[in-house]
Amino acid sequence: MSSQRPSAWYAVPAFAFFALFAALPMLLVIYLSFTAWDGLGTPTLNGGENWSRLLDDAEARASVWRTLVLMVVSWLVQTPIALLIGVWAAGKQRSRAVLSSIFFLPLLLSTAAIALLWQALLEPNFGAFVGGPLFLGDPDIALYTVVLVISWQFIPFHTLLYQGAARAVPPSLYEAATIDGASRVSKFRHITLPQLRYTIVTSSVLMLVGSLTTFDTVLILTNGGPGTATRILPLHMYITGFSGFEMGYASAIAVVLVVLGTALSLAVMRWSGFRQMSSQQEGS
Amino acid sequence: MSRRSWVRPLIAMGLVAVTAMVSACGTSGPGESNAGALKIWALEDPVLNKIENKSIDSFKAGGGNASLETFGNDPYKQRLRVAIGSPQAPDLFFNWGGGNLKEYVDAGKVADLTSVLEENKAAKDAFIPSVLNGAKLGDKYYGVPMRGMQPVLLFFNKKVFTEAGAQPPTTWDELLTLVDTFKAKGITPIALAGTQAWTELMWAEYVLDRVAGPEVFKNIRDKGPEGWKDPAVVESMTKLKDLIDRGAFGSNFASVGYDAGGASTILAQGKAAMHLMGSWEYTNQLDQSPDFVKNGDLGWVAFPSIPGGKGDAGNLVGNVSNFYSATQDSKSLDAAKKFVTTELHKDSYVEALIEAGDVPPVVGAEEKLKKSPNPEYASFIYELVLESKNFQLSWDQDLPADKATSMLTQLQEFFLGKVSPQQFVDAVAAR
Repeated sequence: MSSQRPSAWYAVPAFAFFALFAALPMLLVIYLSFTAWDGLGTPTLNGGENWSRLLDDAEARASVWRTLVLMVVSWLVQTPIALLIGVWAAGKQRSRAVLSSIFFLPLLLSTAAIALLWQALLEPNFGAFVGGPLFLGDPDIALYTVVLVISWQFIPFHTLLYQGAARAVPPSLYEAATIDGASRVSKFRHITLPQLRYTIVTSSVLMLVGSLTTFDTVLILTNGGPGTATRILPLHMYITGFSGFEMGYASAIAVVLVVLGTALSLAVMRWSGFRQMSSQQEGS
Repeated sequence: MSRRSWVRPLIAMGLVAVTAMVSACGTSGPGESNAGALKIWALEDPVLNKIENKSIDSFKAGGGNASLETFGNDPYKQRLRVAIGSPQAPDLFFNWGGGNLKEYVDAGKVADLTSVLEENKAAKDAFIPSVLNGAKLGDKYYGVPMRGMQPVLLFFNKKVFTEAGAQPPTTWDELLTLVDTFKAKGITPIALAGTQAWTELMWAEYVLDRVAGPEVFKNIRDKGPEGWKDPAVVESMTKLKDLIDRGAFGSNFASVGYDAGGASTILAQGKAAMHLMGSWEYTNQLDQSPDFVKNGDLGWVAFPSIPGGKGDAGNLVGNVSNFYSATQDSKSLDAAKKFVTTELHKDSYVEALIEAGDVPPVVGAEEKLKKSPNPEYASFIYELVLESKNFQLSWDQDLPADKATSMLTQLQEFFLGKVSPQQFVDAVAAR
């Protein structure tokens, strides 16, 4: 038996790494969430004070809401675009290859560069839209501007996922459908989409959990502003922890983030039947 | 797979984790080779760091030993916080004085410099008393000034003013009239870098000071958030709201930053007429829009008075100065004390600061300031500070970090019109 699978020794480095850099800090954060600590001196236990404050904190509630909006809207924006472009780019034509490689350029840029670039582009006095809407200055649209920038940054990545998956769809399926007289649209609906099902799940999990923890783009682009219009939960945690130095309270927010993220990926896995995942292709 | 075969890998896993942790701790222990050298931390600044390094050379020439490490603004605050109780703590650290320093003092991390300043009268008397008081908490001194004074001034574009036939404001009502004048001409009356709350804070600080004098804020700082409920705060915030609602800051300030292409540039290009900013704005403009400064178009005045207000029109707000403070647990405390009482008022250090365009916080610098690259400006600031009855440190530096952070958040909401003066007071008084 044991000769068929790699020995458990193989997992030691991965597990040690996980224990040291994920499990241990997580336990520390849970401990800190029950303390008052300003970064100086030693943390002192204060019972559930951080947690009862969290329940009363209107700003925290608002930032959870903003995070959810950001998550859902960026999923709604990114998924169809990435799916369509990915399937399109899966074609073998040279023009598609050239256009795709241009389209994948944002993947090569660092997040900081992207955020600074868009900030300059949307600057109200010297940017590209002077006199137009205040993309980063109007509290009602700033969050959607953030979605736009995040989508611009990540659609190419998800497109790449879909492109790879679409190329793996066996051509025989399309050939059979063509013989049966299926239209382009119905081939997409009845062959491509079902075949890409698990890619959609993977990409959605990445997107949803990714937007839950999005931080760097928003920090540089708006720093949560104007006012608190784009202060999402991770940013609220950062500002509480590293500007206000309320490490205990910031840790409580961090625990909420961990719980939300875990629950979210479990929910998506369960709801999408990811666990029973098996190949849908012929011969397996 | 049998259960037993899991046991050994598990133990190995534990060992790896423990070893990694032990070796991580090992590096933070003592045993640094450069023992005895004074470790100094300061804020990164391409010009001033050179001068600070020269003061270290001078200290070395006198038989001491020291080294300078520098950090950017936000990383500095975070690093200092984490390091100060650890073996990695610096011996001397840069700070802004006031409430910010008080947090460290209250935690028992900062050395009392009162006695060493009393013993070295020459050092103590070299500094302007009101500036030295910036690091005085209770009746003890915890820091010595080490960079220039940076009061907040009202800068204006002279060309835009001349074309409008206008004079810089000396009273609040004149300011309001100017807002209407420039609005009618399609010029943003006042540039404001609203993405950064501290620029908005300057307005709140000055208006409250002019309306009610410095005591209201001192009360908030010393007696806690209840102090915000002083009726003068709502009164001053209402005045400020009136200014915002008149369109004094234009409509897009919420996404204007202070860096290149932001508030300073619209002032230089004449798209805005005025800009309330710290005295560093002069060097900033000189750097980013040299022609604007060299043509003599950059003007500056003190913040206008508010008739009927209790605050003296000469009062200032801003960065009083920056300070070096010594850590209590430093192994080189005596050397640190020697450094701050010998190097920071030396003629060579003061002159280097002046040549870099700074206005050092020392007495009797009138003559030396003539050597400044911008003597007119430097002397203006120097006189302003000498004549001021009160020089209030920026509120966000003078309050504990948690209170300052929530105040800045509320202030941004206030400038966006999402929070009324009363709601602002209720929110900050509740913390």
